[in-house]
Amino acid sequence: MTTITSVRGRRRISIPPPIVFALVLIPFLIEAVGVFWPAFQGISLSFLHWNGIGPATPVGAQNYVDLFSDPIFLTALKNTAIWIVLFGGISFVAGLGVAMLFQSERRGVGIYRTALFLPIVFSLVVTALIWGAFFQPNGVLNNILDAVGLHSWTHVWLGDSSTALYAVIVAALWREIGYVMVLFIAGLKALDPAVQEAAKVDGATAWQRFWNVTMPQLRSVNLVVLSVLIIDSLRSFDIVWAMTRGGPYHSTELLSTYMFSTAFGSHALGYASAIAVVIFVLAIAVIVSYLVRALSEEKES
Amino acid sequence: MTTTTAPARTATSHAPTTLRRRSGRRTAATVGFHTTGILISLAWFAPILVVLITSFRTFDDISANGIASLPRTFTIDTYVQAWNQGGLFQALVNSMIVTIPTVILTLLLSAAAAFGLSRFRIPFRRTILLLMLAGNLLPVQMLLIPVARLTQQVNVYDTLGALIAVQVAFGIGFYTFVLYGFMRTIPNELQEAATLDGAGTVRIFLQVILPLTRPALAALGALSFTWVFNDLLWSITLLQTSEKLPITAAVLSLQGQYVSSWSVIAAATVVAAIPSTIVFLLFQRSFIGGLALGSVK
Repeated sequence: MTTITSVRGRRRISIPPPIVFALVLIPFLIEAVGVFWPAFQGISLSFLHWNGIGPATPVGAQNYVDLFSDPIFLTALKNTAIWIVLFGGISFVAGLGVAMLFQSERRGVGIYRTALFLPIVFSLVVTALIWGAFFQPNGVLNNILDAVGLHSWTHVWLGDSSTALYAVIVAALWREIGYVMVLFIAGLKALDPAVQEAAKVDGATAWQRFWNVTMPQLRSVNLVVLSVLIIDSLRSFDIVWAMTRGGPYHSTELLSTYMFSTAFGSHALGYASAIAVVIFVLAIAVIVSYLVRALSEEKES
Repeated sequence: MTTTTAPARTATSHAPTTLRRRSGRRTAATVGFHTTGILISLAWFAPILVVLITSFRTFDDISANGIASLPRTFTIDTYVQAWNQGGLFQALVNSMIVTIPTVILTLLLSAAAAFGLSRFRIPFRRTILLLMLAGNLLPVQMLLIPVARLTQQVNVYDTLGALIAVQVAFGIGFYTFVLYGFMRTIPNELQEAATLDGAGTVRIFLQVILPLTRPALAALGALSFTWVFNDLLWSITLLQTSEKLPITAAVLSLQGQYVSSWSVIAAATVVAAIPSTIVFLLFQRSFIGGLALGSVK
């Protein structure tokens, strides 16, 4: 390794002082023990039948086979897909929209931005409780509907299988859009304004400039935001757990909540691990593309 | 729209009219901008406002007039009740016991790793860096069962220490990656000068590099405070005793006990939101910078 670098870099071979290895290795080992090792164990657990107390029996891929005939798992899978499309999609579009709207420094813009990203500092549990007051049977939304004479529209929003998932998504969006806006504003600020000016001089309309100038320039930011949103969607747990615990009748069940209740409610540790591995497999493409990008940027600079 | 753009093309011949029309259009745009801005802000603030107001209302007022009505009462009994019977004080203490050491330890360890990786030619440093980042991107669900088991095996299950250890281990990768990017931009001459002056590696780290990394550390510190403080999943996975629960988990279990007492739950919600809001307001600039720092590089 040292010879290769010395040839390529044509620099003095400076062997780092031993203390440097300790500075790197200690954090790395902590992560190895707390993250990498458990991750491998998680995979191997998924090939077992185990309730955490008695002896574990190896069952091969049986857990995975069972998953695909488990209606709750399939519901959770479908809901996770809906979650990615609606939560991820709306966060992306709305986040980009408000970022375009509030990107330039002008009077009042600070307040509007603060309003949008203030919810980021609240925990998802706090968000859930805030929106719980909104969606409860005698909560704010139904009160308002009653007041404007739309009593027939009132609903047990979180208690009805047909509306609960969307109600939870609304709450989650309230907290995510401001975050996406911050990412996009940072991206927009890094763009060269001269390109915009040139397009303006050439007579491009605002819409044309957005699609043909801004969007191509934002490509790498778009990819980052999409990766973040997909990873966030797959990880989403707190808000659903706090609002509905996956109910009613599993209508808001996500892979993450089903994994949790299978593990710590039903103590089917092998089966729960298999669900966790499915989440991992779904995330892996995004994780890899994120890392590839990180690597290429690292090499560039 | 078309009527206003058409005369703009013949600007030279009708200079005064276009000017007037243009400024009229600009005023209209400004009004539209602020109307949109105010409406969005109101929509975003409204839920917070409702909870804030609800937390000061009596049970009777809400059950008689509904939660969306204007408040007719003012009480702080809700807070007293949440604070005393709900055990919020203990929960806040628990949150602080977990959050503060976690933030400090994570930043220190990540800064050390980032220092080694960015300032020295360590073999496989790129691989190490990406591996560490990859660890942070893993879905937490994969780790829950093995980590819970690990804490049982070493007898730290149901302790705040276990919570700290796990969150430090999980956070290190991301912070190292961000700090690495930051430290790499520090000019080499500073380090060389310090070396020539006879400063050792640890001294260079603590007295040269760390102070220069302060902006990134502030951003990550503010960010990680809210992340750790707001965590729910690890607390309900690793803790069992309700007296040990941090505030996020405690508030959630309070919701189960006070199912119909809106105002008590609202008060607890406000209490749970206060510490991270304070951190946000104190470090607003760093905080927002930090959010972008991690993702848009």
